Amino acid sequence: MIRFDNVAKSFRKSRVLDAINLEIGLAERVALIGSNGAGKTTLIRCLLGEYAFSGRVTINGRDPRLERTAVLGNIGFVPQLPPPLKMPVSQLIEFSAALCGTDPAKIHELAARLGLDLAPILSRPFVKLSGGMKQKLLIAIALGREAKLLIMDEPAANLDPEARKIFFELLAERQDDTTMLISSHRLNEVSALVNRVIEMDMGKVVLDDRVADDVSLSGQFACRIVIKRGEAAFAKAMQAWNFRDLGDGLKWEGVVPGPDRLRFMGMTSRYVALISDYSLEETGSGRSQ
Amino acid sequence: MKQLWLTAKLDIVESLRARWFQVYSLVFGGIVALLFLFGLTESRVLGFIGLSRLLVTYIQLTMAILPIFVLITTVRSVAGDREAGVYEYLLSLPVSLAAWFWGKILGRYIVIFLPVFAAMVLAVLIALVRGIEVPWGMFGYYTALLAVMCACFLGLGMLISALARSTDMAQGAAFVVWLTLLLFLDLILLGVMIQGKVSPEVAVTVALANPLQVFRTAALALFDPQLIVLGPSAYVILDLFGATGYKVFAVIYPTVVGVAAATLGYQLFKRGDLP
Repeated sequence: MIRFDNVAKSFRKSRVLDAINLEIGLAERVALIGSNGAGKTTLIRCLLGEYAFSGRVTINGRDPRLERTAVLGNIGFVPQLPPPLKMPVSQLIEFSAALCGTDPAKIHELAARLGLDLAPILSRPFVKLSGGMKQKLLIAIALGREAKLLIMDEPAANLDPEARKIFFELLAERQDDTTMLISSHRLNEVSALVNRVIEMDMGKVVLDDRVADDVSLSGQFACRIVIKRGEAAFAKAMQAWNFRDLGDGLKWEGVVPGPDRLRFMGMTSRYVALISDYSLEETGSGRSQ
Repeated sequence: MKQLWLTAKLDIVESLRARWFQVYSLVFGGIVALLFLFGLTESRVLGFIGLSRLLVTYIQLTMAILPIFVLITTVRSVAGDREAGVYEYLLSLPVSLAAWFWGKILGRYIVIFLPVFAAMVLAVLIALVRGIEVPWGMFGYYTALLAVMCACFLGLGMLISALARSTDMAQGAAFVVWLTLLLFLDLILLGVMIQGKVSPEVAVTVALANPLQVFRTAALALFDPQLIVLGPSAYVILDLFGATGYKVFAVIYPTVVGVAAATLGYQLFKRGDLP
C-alpha cells in the first residue's frame, strides 16, 4: 500500500531523512518511534505530500504530491499539536467534511462517542478548546471519513482514560481494512496498538520489527487492586480510570482496555509501596459495534 | 471550484475573527467619518468641493495606509499560519494546491477590499443624506483604483509569503518592499534628477514602473487632468499615454504586477515545502 523508495530530505545542509526504503501493507498497524529529530514528522510530511524530497513515495501506486486530492481523500491525519485555527468548530467540521465528502453527522457521532458533545461548542473558535477537546475533534474528523490509511502523531496523548478506551475501540472497528501509522516518542505509549514497529534515528530506519499481536485493540482486562492504607492521590488516579471503590478506599475494581494496560501498569507502579494485592485478567473483547 | 470557494470562505471567516481586520475596518471607516466631521466637504482645493474633495483626500490617505497594511497583514497571517502548523493540518486534507493558494487570495481579496469600498459607499450615503452632489464618475474610477491597489499589494504579499520561511523574514521583506516603493516616488526621483544622477527618462520610467506612483499620479489626474503639480514629467506621461490612456494604464499595469507576483508565488509554493 505505502512504498518509500530511497527517500531523502535535507534542510539546508542537515540531512533529515537518509535513503529510506519501506513497504507497508494494507491493514498493518505500524508504530513509528524515535527521539526528537529522528525524522518521524518529516517522514509523515513526505507521505502526506507536504514536503519536496528526493526519491519516491507512493500510496497504492499514486504520488501524494502529484495526485493530492485522490490520495489524501483516503488518508485520515491527526497531528501531534492541534493547529491554532481561529475558525469556529462548526466551520472546521463543514470544511473538512465538504473536502472529504464526509457526512458531518458522522463526525458529530464519533465526537459524541469520544465524550465530546459538539452542540454547545459549535460556535467556539477551535483554538479556544481544551487540549483534550481539540484532540477528540481531530480524531473524529480523521475517523469520520472512509480513510484507508490513518496517520496519527501521538493521537491519544491528551485523552482521558475513558476517551482512550473508546478511541481504541474505534481503531479496532477499522483494523481489518485500514493501515495505521502511529507516531510516538515512546514505544510503551503505542506498543499495544500495533503489530509492527519502525524505529528511526538520525533520519534512518534503525529497527523494523513485527511484534506479538495477542491482545486485540478491543480486548479488556478486569483489574482488582488492594492497598494497605487509604491515599487521596491513589483514589483520584483510580477514579480517573473509572475504577470502583469497594470499601474505605482500600479495594478497587475496574476494567482496563487491552491496548492501555502498559500505561495503566505504569501509572500504578508509582504506588507500588502501597499495593498489597494486584490482579489483571483478560476478559475478552469489549468491542462495541 | 468547490475547493477554491471553500478555501476562500475559510480565509474570510479566519480574517473576520482576526484583530487586524477589526483595526483595518476601523481605520478606513474612521477616515471617512473624520473627514466628514471636520467639514472637509465644505473646503475647496483646485476648485474641488463637496464629495469630490473628500474622495480625493480619502484616496490619498488610503494610498499611504493600504499598501503597508495589506503587505504586513498578508505576510503575517500566511507565513504565521505556516509556522504555527495550520498548513500541516489543513493541507493534509484533500484540497488541490491551486485551489488552496488561489482560494486564499480570493478570500483575502474580499476581506481587504470590502472595508475600503464600504468606506467609500458610506461617504456616498452620507453625502446623499446631506444633499451633497455625488460625482459618480469619480466614485467609479476611485473604486477601480482601490480594487487594483488591493490586488497589486495582495499579489506582492503572497509572493513574499511564498518566498520567506518565517514570519519575521516575511515581515521584514514586506517592509523593505514598501520602503523601496516609497523611495522611488516622484519627489525623491525629482531630487535625484536635480542632482544630475539620473537622466529624466530613467527617472520617469522608474516612477511609471512603481505601482505606488502610478496610483498617486492617477488619483492626481482626476482633479488635475494636465498633471500640473508633477511639473515636466507630466509632458512625458501625457505624450506617452494621453489623459485617458494613463487612466487605463493605471488600472491595468498594477493588476498585471499583482497577478504576475501571485502567479510566481504560486509556482514557488507548489514546488517547495508546504508547511
